[in-house]
Amino acid sequence: MGIFQSIKMALKSIKSNKLRSALTMLGMIIGVSSVIILVSIAQGSAANVTSQINQLGTNLLTINTFGSDLALTEDKIKELSKLNGVKAVSPVVSGRVNVKQGRTSSQVTLTGTNAEYSTVRDTKVSNGRFITDLDLEYRQKIAVIGSDTASTFFGTENPVGQYLQIDGTSFKVVGVLVSKGSSMGQSGDNVVIVPLSTGQRLVKSTTINQVYLQGQSEDQMDFVMNEVEMALASMYPNKSDSYSVTNQQDLMDTMSSVTNTMTMMLGGIASISLLVGGIGIMNIMLVSVSERTKEIGIRKAIGAKRRDVLLQFLIEAVVLSGVGGLIGILTGVGLGKLVSSILSLTVSFTPSVMVLSFLFSLAVGVVFGVFPANKASKLNPIQALRYE
Amino acid sequence: MGKPIIQISNLMKTYRLGGETVHALNNVSIEIEKGEFIAIIGPSGSGKSTLMNMIGCLDQPHSGTYLLDGKDIGKLNDNQLATIRNRKIGFIFQNFNLLTKLTALENVELPLLYAGVSAKERRERALEGLNKVGLKERAGHLPTQLSGGQQQRVAIARALAGNPAILLADEPTGALDSKTSKEILLIMKELNELGHTIILITHDLAIAKQANRMVSIQDGQLQENGGELVGNLPIY
Repeated sequence: MGIFQSIKMALKSIKSNKLRSALTMLGMIIGVSSVIILVSIAQGSAANVTSQINQLGTNLLTINTFGSDLALTEDKIKELSKLNGVKAVSPVVSGRVNVKQGRTSSQVTLTGTNAEYSTVRDTKVSNGRFITDLDLEYRQKIAVIGSDTASTFFGTENPVGQYLQIDGTSFKVVGVLVSKGSSMGQSGDNVVIVPLSTGQRLVKSTTINQVYLQGQSEDQMDFVMNEVEMALASMYPNKSDSYSVTNQQDLMDTMSSVTNTMTMMLGGIASISLLVGGIGIMNIMLVSVSERTKEIGIRKAIGAKRRDVLLQFLIEAVVLSGVGGLIGILTGVGLGKLVSSILSLTVSFTPSVMVLSFLFSLAVGVVFGVFPANKASKLNPIQALRYE
Repeated sequence: MGKPIIQISNLMKTYRLGGETVHALNNVSIEIEKGEFIAIIGPSGSGKSTLMNMIGCLDQPHSGTYLLDGKDIGKLNDNQLATIRNRKIGFIFQNFNLLTKLTALENVELPLLYAGVSAKERRERALEGLNKVGLKERAGHLPTQLSGGQQQRVAIARALAGNPAILLADEPTGALDSKTSKEILLIMKELNELGHTIILITHDLAIAKQANRMVSIQDGQLQENGGELVGNLPIY
């Protein structure tokens, strides 16, 4: 008997028991669609993070310092900026400060830095100006604020030219940053940027937490990184534990390994529901075999071989899981789009995930269909015929 | 007469039931020629079902030989038995045993399906079979939409579909009223006249008498031309 004929027969028997087939398929539908939704959301957020990191440019090096024993002074930073291939250097002190204006007060992330920060970190002002080297030199009490900070303290008014109280000291707002959106759960818009020299006073520490270095071209980054590491090693012998140098690629790798783990985990959790759906199929197929014992007996009496009966039930299971899988893909894509539009999450649908989850659902059908089908094919025709 | 189509010699079949050994078939020997219309008569528990299963290749003997068309059935495996049932034997059951979810036509097509006949030919031959039993216009009906007599006629068409060497009818009239029973027997007689070998298994003497030859079975033992035996036993 041909495989085409077997599929036709399976479809017929599925159609003859619509409600039961639909309920059995529901398990597969939920399984496949949850795999697709969860993996798409995970991959969407991964793509989001990657593009944000990419926006900063891949020619960026970051030196992070830990502890205060590393006196990373401005002189040393100047030395770093003279290295070959380094285009710009921007030191950063950071801390949390209390910002107050009128009756509004709020905790805001403070960044003390220099004029290069704007190019190195790709921060642009939408209104007013950024910090200049002159501001650093004269320890100007001026601030550039993020768009969220601006709306918190000034609402719809133009903040440029107005004053903010930062930890009790009055600062003049000279610029507002372009909105960056949030990344990794941190708002990039709720910030205050002040000149490095004033920033150090505000956080009451001269320790520079971070230095950003921009290379001249992306190809040289490995070379520049080596150079910087060697320079730091000669500046601070035996203190290599107190700082770390990372480039953007490292950050990307870390992020992608994190998001990969997340994707795998979500996919894995969703796959469990696929497995449960498979058990549902096995259950129904076993019921179906015992319900149709007489039919199996008749078929065997008129010449169905073991293989014919096995195929009939196996194909029925695979068709159930396969059709369930197809509907699951459609449901998953539909729900994913719905979720992305309601929660404004980025979801990215990859064909490979869809194909993979469909193939997985077929495999579930085969794995969980084999046992009942085998049971059916082994029935003794005499006893099966007598069965009522 | 030519070579017999069925040659059974010294067939034994025993079951163990509750620690006791039951000889369902005890040293049974019989030969059936091609074109015969034979009735096997026996009360329930006599072993006639076992004999039918044996002749129908649903079961295999413990000892003795069964040659069907020259082939030793005792030496075949499951798959070969299935092929033999498909090609050589047409079953007609007491309860018709039609697949309720298939139409009359699809039921008749079923043995051809397992024989690997192409869809078009299958349809033609099945329709031809239904025509023989006078149910061509009912081809699209489900068994539940047919009367008992019509269902049995569909079953006969199904049994004939593969053009088998023997038709094996197990109490074919057991579930029918006397008028319909006569019709079914008439069809079987006609088929016999067309050259089909028919084995009729029954417990009803009146029906068995319709056959050209009668054997009786009791306690697993077979007796040729059961006339005298039947005459002596009040159960018939």
